[in-house]
Amino acid sequence: MAESRSLLPWPVLRQLTSGDLLGRGKAVRSRRTDEVEPRTTTADRVARSVCPYCAVGCGQKIFVKDEKIVQIEGDPDSPVNRGRLCPKGSASKNLVTSSLRETTVKYRRPHGTEWEELDLTTAMEMVADRVVKSRRDAWQELDEKDRRVRRTMGIASLGGATLDNEENYLIKKLFTAMGAIQIENQARI
Amino acid sequence: MIGRNSLFGPLDPAPDAGYTDAPKRKGFFTDTSVCIGCKACEVACKEWNDVPENLFEMLGTSYDNSHSLNANQWRHVAFIEKPASKPAVDLGMPSVGAPVSEVHEDDKPDFQWLMSSDVCKHCTHAACLDVCPTGSLFRSEFGTVVVQDDICNGCGYCVAACPYGVIDRRRGPEGDPKVGIAQKCTLCYDRLTDGQRPACAAACPTESIQYGDVEELRERANARVELLHERGVMDARLYGNDPEDGVGGTGAMFLLLDEPEVYGLPPDPVVTTKDLPRMFTRAGMAGTALLVGAALSFVRRRP
Amino acid sequence: MAEAHPVGFQWVVEAQQRGAKVIHVDPRFTRTSAVADKHVPIRVGSDIAFLGGIISYVLENGLDFRDYVVNYTNAATLVSDRFEDTDDLDGLFSGFDPDKRTYDPTSWQYDVEDGPGEQSTAQADDSEETQAQRESAAGLQHEAHGMQVEGKPRRDETLQHPRCVYQVLRRHFARYTPEMVEQTCGVSQADFLEVCRAWTENSGRERTTALVYSVGWTQHSVGVQYIRTGAILQLLLGNMGRPGGGVMALRGHASIQGSTDIPTLFNILPGYLPMPNPDQHPTLTDYVDSIRNPGSKGFWSKADAYTVSLLKAYWGDAATPDNDFCFDYLPRITGDHGTYRTVLDMIDGKVSGYFLLGQNPAVGSAHGRAQRLGMANLDWLVVRDLFEIESASFWKDSPEVATGEIVPEECRTEVFLFPAASYAEKEGTFTQTQRMLQWREKAVDPPGDCRSELWFFYHLGRMVRERLAGSTDERDRPVLDLAWDYPVHDEGALGTEGAQAWGEPSAEAVLKEINGFDVATGRPLSSFVEMKADGSTAGGCWIYTGVFADGVNQANRRKSRHDQSFVAPEWGWAWPLNRRILYNRASADPEGRPWSERKAFVWWDPDKGEAGEWTGHDVPDFEKTKAPSYRAPEGSEGVEAIEGVDPFIMQGDGKGALYAPQGLIDGPMPTHYEPVESPFRNPLYGQQANPTRKQYRRDDNQLNPAPPEEHSDVFPFVFTTSRLTEHHTAGGMSRYLEHLAELQPEMFVEVSPALAREQGLEHMGWCHVVTARSAVEGRVMVTERLRPLRIEGRTVHQVWMPYHWGGGGLVTGDSANDLFGISLDPNVLIQESKVGTCDVRPGRRPTGAALRELVTDYARRAGIVDGVHPRVVTASADAQARSLAAAETSDDDQEGQ
Repeated sequence: MAESRSLLPWPVLRQLTSGDLLGRGKAVRSRRTDEVEPRTTTADRVARSVCPYCAVGCGQKIFVKDEKIVQIEGDPDSPVNRGRLCPKGSASKNLVTSSLRETTVKYRRPHGTEWEELDLTTAMEMVADRVVKSRRDAWQELDEKDRRVRRTMGIASLGGATLDNEENYLIKKLFTAMGAIQIENQARI
Repeated sequence: MIGRNSLFGPLDPAPDAGYTDAPKRKGFFTDTSVCIGCKACEVACKEWNDVPENLFEMLGTSYDNSHSLNANQWRHVAFIEKPASKPAVDLGMPSVGAPVSEVHEDDKPDFQWLMSSDVCKHCTHAACLDVCPTGSLFRSEFGTVVVQDDICNGCGYCVAACPYGVIDRRRGPEGDPKVGIAQKCTLCYDRLTDGQRPACAAACPTESIQYGDVEELRERANARVELLHERGVMDARLYGNDPEDGVGGTGAMFLLLDEPEVYGLPPDPVVTTKDLPRMFTRAGMAGTALLVGAALSFVRRRP
Repeated sequence: MAEAHPVGFQWVVEAQQRGAKVIHVDPRFTRTSAVADKHVPIRVGSDIAFLGGIISYVLENGLDFRDYVVNYTNAATLVSDRFEDTDDLDGLFSGFDPDKRTYDPTSWQYDVEDGPGEQSTAQADDSEETQAQRESAAGLQHEAHGMQVEGKPRRDETLQHPRCVYQVLRRHFARYTPEMVEQTCGVSQADFLEVCRAWTENSGRERTTALVYSVGWTQHSVGVQYIRTGAILQLLLGNMGRPGGGVMALRGHASIQGSTDIPTLFNILPGYLPMPNPDQHPTLTDYVDSIRNPGSKGFWSKADAYTVSLLKAYWGDAATPDNDFCFDYLPRITGDHGTYRTVLDMIDGKVSGYFLLGQNPAVGSAHGRAQRLGMANLDWLVVRDLFEIESASFWKDSPEVATGEIVPEECRTEVFLFPAASYAEKEGTFTQTQRMLQWREKAVDPPGDCRSELWFFYHLGRMVRERLAGSTDERDRPVLDLAWDYPVHDEGALGTEGAQAWGEPSAEAVLKEINGFDVATGRPLSSFVEMKADGSTAGGCWIYTGVFADGVNQANRRKSRHDQSFVAPEWGWAWPLNRRILYNRASADPEGRPWSERKAFVWWDPDKGEAGEWTGHDVPDFEKTKAPSYRAPEGSEGVEAIEGVDPFIMQGDGKGALYAPQGLIDGPMPTHYEPVESPFRNPLYGQQANPTRKQYRRDDNQLNPAPPEEHSDVFPFVFTTSRLTEHHTAGGMSRYLEHLAELQPEMFVEVSPALAREQGLEHMGWCHVVTARSAVEGRVMVTERLRPLRIEGRTVHQVWMPYHWGGGGLVTGDSANDLFGISLDPNVLIQESKVGTCDVRPGRRPTGAALRELVTDYARRAGIVDGVHPRVVTASADAQARSLAAAETSDDDQEGQ
């Protein structure tokens, strides 16, 4: 077809010579149409992943091109979902590439009325300072009945059902070592 | 070539459009009896084809907030709340869940919630394509009807021509590169070129949307309707499967559980260019007569 | 299921195509009902009555799977003659202490041959201890523990003895007749009997029936007993441990199963080991004994190995036999430290800092106003999320800012909103709802300053340790001795030092630690049976041991389903030990043969191995070489005591528990209690609602009155909430997405045409729903998918709302969870947020201070007074006295022996 185009670029001629006299098919294809390839084919790599929404655990394939996610769809090999996804799973690319995502730390000082910008390491230092202080300030070596409890009641946490096992493991490990016990997640809700 | 049925009647559209070794015609069979109205098809379509949002507005038409097929909505799931106590013929339009039923609750155990994912029909005789003056709309080797964004000039002839009201020019959102351009389902033409399934069919959790060779899908649809009839679902019927219908049969067939009108589908669509050959013949005759007259007058002028 | 788990529903549709009948029991007609063979509308909160009715149908007609029931359940076991049931005690079981509102379960025990009335040390000895168990949500441990049985309970395998479990159960449910179900649930007798017939006819040797519930079931003041009722029915019909059977929980978050297995929960440690408390667990030995309960049967006998391995994983070299492996480093819990308790403590100014990790309690937790007021009274709050969710912005745009209860200039909470890496931007495992771990590969780097939780907590730990370095304070030892060296990525980009400072830790290294390893060689363990109590092994979560068997990340297996059996054992990895159906020994008969060829799954092959082996499609959930004929030697304990016919290997007697003599705070059998907020009097008993429920009796947690209290008519309608397919829980992952937000763009309230008529509501107009906590507004959706039901001779209207909206995102609306108060199931401390009472009025709700005035006015009319809280125990005084006496009698008897 490329050949015929180079020889006969004029649509009417293509129409007359390509067997598409009414000019509704082969004769009217643009170069872009001829060269089209799906993003799933041209991707640099495919990461095998799992849908982040509910707990069915649908397998996903994440297609990456130039370090950008270009498509997320069901993994046909998965015995869980056989390649299928619900609307939420199908919107996974929308989730991770949304322009509404936060990409920098936002900070609201006490009594503040607006967000402020904060760089990541400064924010981490500030949080570490506060964790150390709150842990110390609300430390209980003994409880009100004089039982040894060695814990802090100053720090609480909620969340984990959307996180990875490895993350939850480190969270529980660190908080337990620090003596923080009010550690909870969606499973309680 | 121009075949006898190039504009009306049964036809295999790809060879008719000049493809000599075209693959088997591809299409959809949407079995609404297993549709759960999840809208995965709508989302998967938008994600793959970069179709922007349609509108953020609750319509109150049961769970349908997508309204209709349009330039920003290439798949559309209709929801029909159907109190079975009323005769089906009264349901001219999709029920919006609003009408207050006077029937006692016990008397209507067969309340039905019908859902159906609508899509471009990829007609055998596609009026949109027939009227497109730029060659933007074209018949692919898969027998499907596809807009070429790089050619469309937004004239809108196709919009009026479609008997299903599928194709539309994109109106927004502002900044979208395809605003003003005619848009509709491509049956994921790009994916098909590499042997992949259209995004909606790949996502559909219950295989309500099936993709494949139209001939085979037609057989599958017939078998399914037969099975449902055996199981006592006498309302099951096919839509778009008849090559003798007004558009020569469609590339997207449906198994419905009620009259097409209930789902917002035209009961007897006819390709708007059906009369073209007759018109062409007459116009041709008239034109020839004019030409002959002109020639004659020209001849007569010569001394 | 089609609504919230559409992709899982494909298997239901496929089963239906093959001839399965699908019955959907739900207050409202949903997308599931649309394709089900039958939809049965039911009154919200009456599920125990409904399922109890089916149990009664089975027992009265002798339709149970008798061979299964006699051999695999505790049906034949005799119950103590001191046990008294709810029928005799006005809705209480024997042993109730009305002051503490808990049971002394002594009278619930089995009738044991060698030592009457003797009970295990692991269970509550008295109501005091039960109270402590309620405070610590002890029921959650039973996810893997099961009960423990000591001694040899008497049995009657003819099931005729009046005190055998089978007969106790039959009498207990005898009142759950089709008439009672009709009156209580609003389900017609014809519909009810159709369900009974379908369920029983489709169960037995040749067929199995699956029970699927969504975890809204857990959100009731009797949530655990709901699930118990389902389990009892499935056991009676022989549907447990068999293909196509089971009780299937549809969990709603990608790794909510994982976050319970490896808990971020106050009362448990990884692998369902309890958090220690100072009374029961002064030493490691006490702790371990309280779990394994010497003398008891089953796999918890190795609790010492699991515990020591965990301590070694936490504190590495510092954990030695001499210091009890740092057991003292574990902080102690002393009661309820659950999320609701903590939020109320925030309101009271007792909590300084709060982390929210991919969680949006401002919208997703019950009593949203309390949540937000709590957050507004902290020193600091860290929110880690993808978007600016309501829990991050409450100080400037929450409903309480509109009412004037939160004034930004006065709110002292310092807020850090950290951008989180999404699931596609980090590697790690999710555990899905069937206990299967699946490893995710990282697709791309996270954008900007987005980071994983792994990164955040690894570095937070590093920085806290740096700050405490050199401390001589003994309290800092657990932090400084922590094994906290994880390899990091990003050395290429950040350089070696930079990576140490800010690199992404290796999730695979963490998974290896979770799996467990030999301390000396670092060799990953292949099974938890390799774990040792001498400190030679370390392992962060014993039930996950095997996920790194042979040094291979088994969770990363992706063998195509086309290339393996329907069980797909080589896709991901399921705990324990890659077993896909728990208790699958029950899929074979007592002799080890499949119950039927059609339902063959796991069976005993006498010709395999040296002396026969269990084999089949799945990994047998049984010791591989333990023959069906094996009988435990006299006096054996632990694993040895599990006999060849005991499929339920985590239970102390190896049997499925139709009757639970221990482990449950609110009774050995489920019984119908009304929801805490109900317009109806309990039709069965004087005891209105769960007498043992956890209640925070505070003025900021007032509940709508329910009978026998007066004024319940101020809130005459029943409401419930659930999800829409198009959104995800509190909306943090859906309302910010164009392609989801547009599909359900507005908060709405579903009402029946009849209620719309009665209250003057117009389709697509506005209405607002009012409770004693708040009022929320939404568009009116008039639909016949909701039907009024006839209950106790009255019509009850049910109202339904989705709970996805808040003030943020592309589409906004009121949060339905603002309507709920806080009442908790006593076993697991989960809130009742699937049922409440309300009023529904046309038009939009008032705004600003007028909103509080409206709510206050309703409260006043409902007789709600600050400082006064309605009675919880409503059984007759006589019944209370007799129930209490039953406990005292048994104490006396024991003392006399």
